[in-house]
Amino acid sequence: MTIKIVETVFDPFFEIQNVQTQLALNGKFGATSIFIGTMRDFNEGDEVRAMTLEHYDGMTQKQLEKIMAIAKENWGILDALIVHRVGDILPNEPIVVISVWSAHRADAFDACRYIMEELKSNAPFWKRETLISNQTRWVLKNTGGKN
Amino acid sequence: MITITLRYFASLREQVGRSQETLTLANTLTVLDVWRHVHQVPLPENTLIAVNMEYVAKSHSVCDGDEVAFFPPVTGG
Repeated sequence: MTIKIVETVFDPFFEIQNVQTQLALNGKFGATSIFIGTMRDFNEGDEVRAMTLEHYDGMTQKQLEKIMAIAKENWGILDALIVHRVGDILPNEPIVVISVWSAHRADAFDACRYIMEELKSNAPFWKRETLISNQTRWVLKNTGGKN
Repeated sequence: MITITLRYFASLREQVGRSQETLTLANTLTVLDVWRHVHQVPLPENTLIAVNMEYVAKSHSVCDGDEVAFFPPVTGG
């Protein structure tokens, strides 16, 4: 299991490949599920120029470890990866990648969705947007998982 | 006497005007009463509270050495 909080731009596909090549699971996994969250240039009807992601260093890692552990208890996960960005972010840059490896697709799909939704609800990150007008505002709440 | 550290994040940090402070209390208090002890304004609705980096209810009582954090709903991902 790998959890990384990073302060600079990352390549989600490199991160996934990096874990997968180190997996001592050759021949064991039949499914890899991936979610990548990317920064949009619009939100709530406004154009967004940039974003700053603050977090509670220490608690973030603790909460993500807990989410990973619960996912591992509930699904047949062989390995999982979370990479989450903090600091100043620009549109089109990745914010988060979740990847789950399992023997069959149901566990990979369901655990990946679970980890992402729990991260959205419980991991202490906060977004502050800078609009095209240079006005800044905190994002007040996350959208529901159906959006 | 118990000494605790208070931390504030994101919009709540900006409202409070500081990110961290130390507080010494004669007796233990609930985390809600810790807020009331320090701040004149009510705890904003939807505020999340953590003690030693684990979520707690407003009725949770603090212990000596605890780190108590107050913050708005999280918006990562």
